Amino acid sequence: MKILVAVKQVPDTATQVKISADPRAIDTTGITWIVSPYDEFAVEEALRIKEKRGQGEVVAVSLGPERVKEALRSCLAMGCDRAIHLNDPAWNDADTLVTSKALAAVVKQEAPQLLLCGRQAIDDDMGAVAAQLAELLGWPCASWIMEEAIDGDGKTVRTARQVEGGLEVFDLPLPAVLTAQKGLNEPRYPTLRGIMGAKKKEIRDVKAADLGWAPEPPQLSVVTLEALPPRPPGRILQGDVPTAVKELVRSLREEAKAI
Amino acid sequence: MANAFWCIVEDDRRGAPKKVMAEVIGEAARVSSGQAEAVWLTDTATEAGLTQLAEWGATKVWLLENAALAPYRGEIWVGAAAELAAKERPKAIFAPVTSRAREFVARLAARLGVGLAADCVAFAMEGDRLVATRPVYAGKLLAKVTWAKTPWVATLRPNVFRPAEARPGRTATVERPTAATAAAQMRFVERREEVSTGLPELTEAEIVLSGGRGMKGPEHYVILEDMARVIGAAVGASRAAVDAGWRPHRFQIGQTGRTISPKLYMGFGVSGAIQHLAGMRTSKVIVAVNKDAEAPIFKIADYGIVADLFEVVPELTKEFKKLLEK
Repeated sequence: MKILVAVKQVPDTATQVKISADPRAIDTTGITWIVSPYDEFAVEEALRIKEKRGQGEVVAVSLGPERVKEALRSCLAMGCDRAIHLNDPAWNDADTLVTSKALAAVVKQEAPQLLLCGRQAIDDDMGAVAAQLAELLGWPCASWIMEEAIDGDGKTVRTARQVEGGLEVFDLPLPAVLTAQKGLNEPRYPTLRGIMGAKKKEIRDVKAADLGWAPEPPQLSVVTLEALPPRPPGRILQGDVPTAVKELVRSLREEAKAI
Repeated sequence: MANAFWCIVEDDRRGAPKKVMAEVIGEAARVSSGQAEAVWLTDTATEAGLTQLAEWGATKVWLLENAALAPYRGEIWVGAAAELAAKERPKAIFAPVTSRAREFVARLAARLGVGLAADCVAFAMEGDRLVATRPVYAGKLLAKVTWAKTPWVATLRPNVFRPAEARPGRTATVERPTAATAAAQMRFVERREEVSTGLPELTEAEIVLSGGRGMKGPEHYVILEDMARVIGAAVGASRAAVDAGWRPHRFQIGQTGRTISPKLYMGFGVSGAIQHLAGMRTSKVIVAVNKDAEAPIFKIADYGIVADLFEVVPELTKEFKKLLEK
């Protein structure tokens, strides 16, 4: 079974982000880049499926500038067999829909039985690409999955998606799109052997022309990025615990009107 | 209608809209000067539910009622909604941030070939374009975004927008178009209910209590649950507590958990790591209780108590009880 995993490279959560001279973008100097955490759950699940079935291929795919190779290399180190890098300035302003269309073109070429994605990327938190890929491909989709099991002949996946108040279990015919929620698995750390081996694995560059890509304007664009408005300074309530607690309750009722 | 702002209804699966719809309809009506319409895809709608939508300010309700529409399956919903959208050409499509609505409107936007802004916290008309504000980079920055064409598709973060007041006597036309339901590829097997805590749902609650590493173990969450029952709060946890196995993941607040925006957030033994702040920093009032005066959460807290949570929590529960008994 061939599985494609779409990943995104994002700034590490702990990294400080600053707005660049162009107020629509962040200053990328000094940023530590990582594979978005939910995408690691997707990679892990793909690897487990392959291991369980004893055969198959896991292909990591990502869209972005040259630095994205580092993220793909991490996926290869975890155990993916090869990687595809959509690497072309034509996609510099890509919104979720443009990204989805470019990825969909690659998915059609690769024709996997399963497409796994993270629930959302933790940079812009849009959480749209997987669902839009499903739409563009005409594949069924289950989002925020907590478990999955593919039947023996690889025709159907049974999956439980997280919804408010519980889990909903569905059978999806393959090919299908699944998005990983935290709790699906615990991603492995790359071994030293994995890291060494990753250097020999293929990362194929795909250019817009390779996909017969016609220029496409983004449907959503950033007007400007802004710093958060400062929160009014807070107050540490003094005194022993009973005094501080009484003052807290009074403040919540009378000042903040929060209770 | 070509100027309508559609509001995709999130319901309780028993025929009534959830109260987050008051916020969605309220904001849609505000931005559009009273052109909010509800679009309800469901297998059961009640008369009371329809009245509720009208009282919140929906001028029209598009009711697509069909057994095939529950539980939600994107492949079916998108076809039904897209067909209606092609006919009615709404100016905007709003939905609350819920597990299903997030997926649904992303798919719908792709079908319609338009942009999507997810998890918005503010809207403003600038001339004849809509500009949405949404937190990005773990909530460290705000992005203002706009669309190339209509319909403007967006999801709204719960508890952020002012809810419409229900005005009894307001009515709405109810349209019942026949929903085209495509043959489903997905087959529903079963729903597994979570063990109910009897407390509100985390993302919907107006008050959220959160226990972090300072809770010292799963057995102590009961003291937060006691307080929660007194003030009608939900109880969440930090990643540290979830990763330690003290609480199931569905209770995690933060970047790899739930994003919440309650009227009141109270963190107990929560340090305030960036990834936790990403999930709660748009809360209106923030209270922090931590032994460590240097804990980063105090930097964004409106009120802080530097003390042992195990002394503070019982005292606070007692004071809340006294206050609410008055």
